[in-house]
Amino acid sequence: MTKRKMFRNEYLWKGLIMAGGLFMIIITLIIAFFLIFKGSGTFTQFGHSLAEFLFSASFSPGSSVGGESGAVGSAAFIMGSILTCGLALLISTPFSLAAAIFMTEIAPKFGNRVLQSAIEIFVGIPSIVYGWTGLTILVPAVRDLFHLPYGNTIFTAALVLALMIFPSITSVSADAIRGVPKEFHDAAYGLGATRWQMIHKVVIPAARSGIVTGVILGLARAFGEALAVAMVIGKTKAFPKSLLNSGSTLTSIIASNMGNTFDGTEYNSALWSMALLLFLISLFFIVLIHLISAKGAKKAYGKD
Amino acid sequence: MTGLFYAVAAFFLILLMAFASYVIIKGFMGASPEMFTFSRKGILNQLFNTVYLVALSLLISCPIGMAAGIYLSQYAKRGKLTSAIKMCIETLSSLPSIVVGLFGYLVFILMTGMKWNLMAGALAVSILSLPLITTTTADALNALPLPYRDGSMGLGATKWQTVHRVLMPACSPRIITGVILAAGRGFGEAAALLYTAGMSTDINWSNWNLSSPMCPLNPFRPGETLALHIWSSFTESTAVNAKDIANLSSAILMILVLVFNVCIRILSKKLDAVKKGG
Repeated sequence: MTKRKMFRNEYLWKGLIMAGGLFMIIITLIIAFFLIFKGSGTFTQFGHSLAEFLFSASFSPGSSVGGESGAVGSAAFIMGSILTCGLALLISTPFSLAAAIFMTEIAPKFGNRVLQSAIEIFVGIPSIVYGWTGLTILVPAVRDLFHLPYGNTIFTAALVLALMIFPSITSVSADAIRGVPKEFHDAAYGLGATRWQMIHKVVIPAARSGIVTGVILGLARAFGEALAVAMVIGKTKAFPKSLLNSGSTLTSIIASNMGNTFDGTEYNSALWSMALLLFLISLFFIVLIHLISAKGAKKAYGKD
Repeated sequence: MTGLFYAVAAFFLILLMAFASYVIIKGFMGASPEMFTFSRKGILNQLFNTVYLVALSLLISCPIGMAAGIYLSQYAKRGKLTSAIKMCIETLSSLPSIVVGLFGYLVFILMTGMKWNLMAGALAVSILSLPLITTTTADALNALPLPYRDGSMGLGATKWQTVHRVLMPACSPRIITGVILAAGRGFGEAAALLYTAGMSTDINWSNWNLSSPMCPLNPFRPGETLALHIWSSFTESTAVNAKDIANLSSAILMILVLVFNVCIRILSKKLDAVKKGG
């Protein structure tokens, strides 16, 4: 290989590789641009207020181009998202924490070999399979348990989501707990702490920011899940009165209605606004994780 | 207290085993021989679409993702551009897949004026797997010991030669693990494909004219995947045995997950062997 060819190759590949890096920025900006462009139509083109979109529960947008306009209040779906994800988190977090502590502190060998693999399999199961199994097992079970006419409820969706986010929270929390220096354990034992005292008073506080990050990641996954939720939640558009009502989430309403609307209609535009809202929520979660890990780092290294 | 933790761990192991075996057994219990055919009543067309779509998406996302990963770990200097790229990767990785699906619907279907097609689905799945491939490549390269690079540069290799001949081969098992993970995600993806790949499939296996919409290998034909097949048998099934078909599709997806897991396990064993100098 001649020297000249060598350098030409060098610069050619450097350029290509840099293009790959820049592509990540470009694709993100394009996605953000289109979401903002399509999502703002509800407010600019159809003249609805942001307050109506966020806080009103009456949803009856016009479905033909240039036809009558209706209401785009999405509070029912926002509430549906918050209820399902919040409840899923409440169910999942204690179990996840217990599993993470078990596999790192109590039975590390068994935990790393068996439980870790099990959790990896859990993470890999497609959400549609969770949804379908939820539909065939959980929906009838919830119906019979609470003597309801049908089992497609917000509670059922929360159960499915809880099962889906459990492995994510567990694996991030376990990583955080593994990151706690061994001296912490030794020092706690040296002071006469029992194992549970050591875990409870030393290890968990030390790993707190990592654990919270795991919980937020789980929450983000739950917020973004569409089809599994849509299969079990019942798809009604009314504001949910109780956890045993059927409802809709932001994602499920997009998934089940986008195909029936035409581009440029008010209905379509309202769905895009919800997609934009989902995008903003996921950005918010990222910022939150950064703030927490910055705070955690400061606590760990700043004070001593 | 300890007993409680044992109980939780045991509960989840049992739950996973029960879940996996329930899905697989139930899937095959209701299966009939005609479901294993390449026809309207079978699901092998959908299985083929799934594999084809994931292969297409990896063809797109692997070069770009690996380039971005190499850039981040080897070429990028600390600065605004690098942190912007990192932020974008995080944003992409946390995008809900339905949002990516909508974006794909708008850009690859509505704006190009085409009908639902496999290529649009593959592009949407690529957007989802890009961040995963990028971060695994960057992490794998960063985890290599420095002497690899120093030794190669010391012998007079250029940076690209070092990356291409020394660093990438050295960490290839880890990168392949990442690619398999991305493929696994692609196999199960449904929300991003709902409005891109379409919910119908019509293949004629004796037609090998690439431009025909019936040709199996034509990437610009509608191609329903297995995961979407479950969704469509929930929403718009007309077949009597839609439930059995969905059960079987779930079972096959579950088996795919298990197979992928075994592959990753074998690869990481190999990686450990390489690390130990074996």
